Amino acid sequence: MRTKKFFVIVLALSLVLTLGAAMVQAQDMEVIRIASQSPLSGPQSVLGISIRNSVELAIEQLQEPLNELGYTVEFIPFDDEATSDVGVANANNIVNDAAILAIIGHLNSGVALPSSEVYNDNDLAMVSPANTNINITDRGYLTVNRICGRDDTQGAAGAAFAATLEGVETVYVLHDTTAYGQGVAEFFQIEAEAQGLEVLGFEGTEEASNFDGILQPILSQEPDLIYFGGIYSQTGIFISQARSAGYEGFFVGPDGFDSSEFAKLAGDAGVGTYYTSVAAPVTVYEAAEQFALDYEEKFGEGVQPFGAQAYDSTAIALAGIAAAIEANGGELPTRAQVAEAIRATEEFEGLAGSVTFDENGDPELANYYILQVVSADDAEWNSNEVLSTQAIPSPLMAAAMSS
Amino acid sequence: MLHVEAGRTSLRLDIFFSFTAEDMMTTDSLTPRPPAGSTSTTEVRRVNPTLQAIRDNWFYRYIIFPIGQILVFVIGAALLLTVIAYAVALIFPVPDPDRDIFLANQISKQLPGMIISGIGIGFVYAMIALGYTLVYGVLKFINFAHSEIFMVGSVAGYVLTNLLASSGAIGEISPFVLIPAMVLTAMLVSGTLAVVIERVAYRPLRGAPRLVPLITAIGLSFVLIDATRALLAISGQPFNMTYPTRELPYLGSPIALTFNGPVVGGFNIGGTSYGQITADGTVLDEWQVEDVTYSTITVGGVTVGGESVKIRDIRSGETEYESVLVNNTDLDVIEDGANNVNVRVTVVIIVVAATIMLVLLNYFVNGTKIGRGIRAVSQDQATAGLMGINVNLMIAITFFIGGAFGGGAGALFGLNAGTVTPYVGFIPGLKAFTAAVLGGIGNVTGALLGGLMLGMVESFLNGTLAYFPALGQRYTDIFTFSVLILILIFRPNGLLGERVDEKV
Repeated sequence: MRTKKFFVIVLALSLVLTLGAAMVQAQDMEVIRIASQSPLSGPQSVLGISIRNSVELAIEQLQEPLNELGYTVEFIPFDDEATSDVGVANANNIVNDAAILAIIGHLNSGVALPSSEVYNDNDLAMVSPANTNINITDRGYLTVNRICGRDDTQGAAGAAFAATLEGVETVYVLHDTTAYGQGVAEFFQIEAEAQGLEVLGFEGTEEASNFDGILQPILSQEPDLIYFGGIYSQTGIFISQARSAGYEGFFVGPDGFDSSEFAKLAGDAGVGTYYTSVAAPVTVYEAAEQFALDYEEKFGEGVQPFGAQAYDSTAIALAGIAAAIEANGGELPTRAQVAEAIRATEEFEGLAGSVTFDENGDPELANYYILQVVSADDAEWNSNEVLSTQAIPSPLMAAAMSS
Repeated sequence: MLHVEAGRTSLRLDIFFSFTAEDMMTTDSLTPRPPAGSTSTTEVRRVNPTLQAIRDNWFYRYIIFPIGQILVFVIGAALLLTVIAYAVALIFPVPDPDRDIFLANQISKQLPGMIISGIGIGFVYAMIALGYTLVYGVLKFINFAHSEIFMVGSVAGYVLTNLLASSGAIGEISPFVLIPAMVLTAMLVSGTLAVVIERVAYRPLRGAPRLVPLITAIGLSFVLIDATRALLAISGQPFNMTYPTRELPYLGSPIALTFNGPVVGGFNIGGTSYGQITADGTVLDEWQVEDVTYSTITVGGVTVGGESVKIRDIRSGETEYESVLVNNTDLDVIEDGANNVNVRVTVVIIVVAATIMLVLLNYFVNGTKIGRGIRAVSQDQATAGLMGINVNLMIAITFFIGGAFGGGAGALFGLNAGTVTPYVGFIPGLKAFTAAVLGGIGNVTGALLGGLMLGMVESFLNGTLAYFPALGQRYTDIFTFSVLILILIFRPNGLLGERVDEKV
């Protein structure tokens, strides 16, 4: 009993000492924190970890302007587990840390939507590398920005492409019932019908491993093409099972397919699959060459899609904070000031292209890519063929241009 | 003596495959024979000595009977749901007014596929449900960690096949060696894990109130998930564990079944019967066929369902019917209807493996001394102990068998799904628990029936809900569980369950 007490005291003492030491050290420079939220565990962690790593790399490489202003930047990654409850709980923790001035995230729109309500209530600026759901920015929050394209445009681009494929007259649309998957699938359906394709079915499913039952109505209606609005952890398995059940048509999907894990999960069945994306493989971006090398050196693995976007998001956040500090006369700015400075970003030259935010926080001009899976080998993912690239203005921008 | 008497007259848990509780007693030397002439079953036995001789035959008891029972359940469930599906199709002939799809036609096309996928997943549910039901049989508590034992089995199957794949040898191993080896490894790992769990977590709580081991089980379930995650992360395995099925080409190509047969039928529009369609596809009388695509299935000379044709009224030249429902009574032979159904090889593997395992389980429980011990413990622990049965050992063995079945199901499920994760056990585990309750928890035959029924219901719902606007496949689980609720309202102890006084 006595020894136990002794240990407790020693532990408590050492804890206090370490904390004290840390605080003494930190007093030299004022600390600004940037948080990230992405799934670091679970089926979608491959993308989520890559986002976290890219943010970490960006903070490491790009914090010098802030250091010169007398600030040091710390990075706090959060794991949202691709679950909205966890994302919101993290968001509440994040807003309570006054040093956090910007948040980079999320991967999943379904998590970003409720979490960003918390950020917005607390004026905390969010820059999203990957959220494509239209409601992310259509709510018009000053705090919420993204540097990627939108699902309405992405789904439509997928459908327009599907209509150009030879022999495609009928399509079957599946989605994963999430804000992201269902959203993009609905826009695909609308555009597919406008293109004169017959939509044989529109189904949502949360099934993750056994698609035998779901496949039956598909197999009996023999659609020429299946569109699956979902994430690779589900769609990869679906495609592998659909092929082994004898389905012979095309597969098309949104950027949720975009991970080397897809090649692993779908195997040979996935080769030839088309997907639209708001982020091309990192090899497509010339400016990202050095980033890809640095990433591989630091983390010992290849960068995943959205890595370059996460890096850019962080860079925009850091530049926004720096601008806010300068506007504030070198003093620590408030979160609202940071949010305004970030929204004012104009012609920011990032790895993945130039970013100017419109009034809703969409990039004025976003790139949409159509890619095809070339190999069942996941190491070959970055060599997926880019079939076409389109720069499409955001709805606000398009309205401004047409008027 | 009183205990034995009670156990004989009101047998609560029949952990065996047999017609009646009394039937099994003929070879059961533990239970004293009932007094002559006192019960109706003894009379049956006297009346039918030949039948009794057949029942006592080893081959019949342990091979023909269990397989026959599985067949009866499979065919029964399939028939029942087929009838229900067509009944629904009668009520809603065209579920979506915006689209020209006749539900009956789609059901006919999908029938073999739905039945086969229902059997596949049904066997998986049944095998997992056995673990719940066996443990409930001996300990009267629900082992909620069982879904994670299933998950560990699927991971074990992955680890073995992945090791073989990375050594490059997997393609050379015969599937008849590889798949049994995979299933047996998973069974061994999961069975051992179940025994360890029982020893560490449940045995110390055996006298505790009922809720305590229940909560422990739920806690264990989380521990197992996270321990697996941690172990996999440490050993450098990915989160999504993909079985190396691409190295096994025989799993990739489906078995194509073609259902051939003449299509027999007439057609009617709004209840009125019109003319006949001849073999070359034209309609006699005033109706002209514009487009006929017949592919109706005929199984054993009986045509199920119908097909749609597009016809035009020549008399007026105007009325155009996009489709008509063909019924099967008035038409002459039109053409051969061919219907291709692709069956995934892994589904066949599941069915074969599960059947073999169930037959072995039946033999083990009903034909061996240990099995008799387990049954005795399930009837009355204290008395069984007094009779010289090692109760702890029997409980451990029960956990091993239940765990092994869960693990084997896990490996087969993984092979079928292609990819497993540490979270893969939750949904199948929940559904299998439902299946166990549906069949009557504590009853092995009930677990089999419940699993097959649940799998089949699910498969049929997936196959038909897709055609209903505003519903769709995502409502499958809602309907599945509504079926469960309905059945439990009328049969609170499950389909085959007997009255049990204990609360769970």
